[in-house]
Amino acid sequence: MFGLNAKDTRLLWIVIGLTMLAPFLLNPFPEGSELAQFNAGYPDLMQRFVIFGIFAIGFNILFGLTGYLSFGHAAFLGVGSYAAIWMMKLLTMNVIPAIIMSIVFAGLFSLIVGWISLRRSGIYFSILTLAFAQMSYALAYSVLTPITGGETGLQAKISDPRILDSNAGEFGRANLFGLHMNSSYELTIGRWEFTVNTGYYLAACVMLISFYMAIRIFRSPFGMMLRAIKSNQQRMNYTGLSTRPYTLAAFVISGMYAGLAGGLMVAMDTQVGPERMFWTASGEVVLMTILGGAGTLIGPVLGAGMIKYMENIISKINDSILHQWFSFLPDGLEDVIVAVVHPFIGKGWSLTLGLTFMAVVIFLPGGLVEGGQRLGRLFGRKSAESDKKTPPAE
Amino acid sequence: MGILEVKGVNKRFGGLQALGDVNLSIKENTVHAIIGPNGAGKSTLLNCLVGKLIPDSGSVMFDGKSVLGRKPHEINQMGISRVFQTPEIFADLTVLENVMIPCFAKRDGAFRLHAFESVGQEGGILEQAEAILSDVNMLEKRNMHAGSLSRGDKRRLEMAMCLVQEPKLLLLDEPTAGMARADTNNTIDLLKEIKATRNITMAIIEHDMHVVFSLAERITVLAQGTPLVEETPENIKGHPKVREAYLGEAQV
Ligand SMILES: Nc1ncnc2c1ncn2[C@@H]1O[C@H](COP(=O)(O)OP(=O)(O)OP(=O)(O)O)[C@@H](O)[C@H]1O
Ligand SMILES: [Mg+2]
Repeated sequence: MFGLNAKDTRLLWIVIGLTMLAPFLLNPFPEGSELAQFNAGYPDLMQRFVIFGIFAIGFNILFGLTGYLSFGHAAFLGVGSYAAIWMMKLLTMNVIPAIIMSIVFAGLFSLIVGWISLRRSGIYFSILTLAFAQMSYALAYSVLTPITGGETGLQAKISDPRILDSNAGEFGRANLFGLHMNSSYELTIGRWEFTVNTGYYLAACVMLISFYMAIRIFRSPFGMMLRAIKSNQQRMNYTGLSTRPYTLAAFVISGMYAGLAGGLMVAMDTQVGPERMFWTASGEVVLMTILGGAGTLIGPVLGAGMIKYMENIISKINDSILHQWFSFLPDGLEDVIVAVVHPFIGKGWSLTLGLTFMAVVIFLPGGLVEGGQRLGRLFGRKSAESDKKTPPAE
Repeated sequence: MGILEVKGVNKRFGGLQALGDVNLSIKENTVHAIIGPNGAGKSTLLNCLVGKLIPDSGSVMFDGKSVLGRKPHEINQMGISRVFQTPEIFADLTVLENVMIPCFAKRDGAFRLHAFESVGQEGGILEQAEAILSDVNMLEKRNMHAGSLSRGDKRRLEMAMCLVQEPKLLLLDEPTAGMARADTNNTIDLLKEIKATRNITMAIIEHDMHVVFSLAERITVLAQGTPLVEETPENIKGHPKVREAYLGEAQV
């Protein structure tokens, strides 16, 4: 279906199901219960899941397939964001022009950066992309202040021209033909509360399209060429194939994905700042991709989800919550346990993330996807054995 | 005029004269063997033909056009394919994918953005790839990772990758090294059949004299970077110069 084989179609349907039901699946704990703080089904976080999912899916097309490790992809995300906010300032608060232009500008910028950086490979390529990104960050922060708003960044303002919007009174709310991105519908079922948010569903649909296109690219001759480049460039050349246009195309495609993610961020929250291009943001997408499983289809999305979950949920847990959890223990022991766990929660969430990352890289080099496959095989073997015991039905 | 004309090629590595004034002419539709002791410069000569190395001086003409200054992929697109001394394959890809890639390279040229077609549904490519795999008796290994093949199989795979492009000139650098006797004989039969059924010129570097004398119509002996003689197999065997430079060590 959709030009995909049976396995990929199934994967796509699973991802469609999960993203469409996310507001419910991510809020499994009733409101007011102790576990409610593990609920991730609020719009802001769900939007981040899918937007960073897009970012990582695109990054994986470059890194997962060709093996070229870019340390500068946040620059394209930033360029996409700036392009989007300018569309909102100049044209309309409708998100469509913003999203389209974020892809176009990020694509053009990645064409320039890729053209130069891809003259080198390995660590030199990584350093070149890093240099470009830091340069972009520094420019956005200072020299280009008239375009970027410098340190404070840019917001949509009442005074903006917005030549396509007639009713200036309806200012400041990003919309899709009148559907406001930040409008939500609250659904209460018993003690459970769910938030169905317009912005999330728009971002989720864009993510699904991005994901579908990534599957097509992975299964295409082009995708095969990219994997061949990772495997043996020398053989590529002596087989009559020019590797540079292939890597450049992959670079630009992944840059466009990054720009799209940046544009969606602006569509959800109409402001941009230069910190979006900082090198740590570039590093984050590398972590997401490797954590989930570089070169796999679903891995980057899982990695993005995991990191954003930790960043937002683990960082919320504090000592008093821990005391509540462990209150059943004798007082002395309770204090000891809270003291031991303390460094891993709240601001220490990055420590937890770091340790998780190390554990995954060491024990599951294929990322979370490999973990899933191992579990699958474990259960698969069990069910295969039980199949053998039951006599064939025919 | 041969399909390949090498004139006055020199190549130095620091103080070492790896190739000294090499002249070589390979006629169309012949199998031309290049033999010589280790370090004679045979692989270096091939490197100069495929754009891996640029000679210090001299000219290399293929099909009436100079190959010097062209990039390796351009030279391949002109019709020269090469099997390397140590197999160069896509170790992370499957055997089938390994032979599909040269099929695409032949059909689509050096670059094409075919990002929305599906590999499995490319008309003709799959058939071509499977046909060549069955020619080299590797069809049942089509879904194996190329990196996990035996050394002999890697060579046969690389040969299939070159043959499927139907090059005008096929360069083979010790194609049977590391192969068992039976595989060597299969390879000889395969190359004989290829030669009989297609218009192809081959230059083959080989230490195994059985292979050389089974296939070659002309033989060039290279020693210390310079061709000593070029002769037919019959005349090579007793040639005094060859004995002196080379055959003193090997029994022919
Ligand atoms: N890239 C290089 N840099 C420096 N020296 C080189 C290089 N390539 C080859 N040589 C040297 O040039 C000489 C010829 O090497 P070449 O590989 O062409 O020999 P060969 O005839 O193919 O030998 P063999 O039968 O062992 O494959 C050798 O002395 C080798 O060490
Ligand atoms: Mg050699």
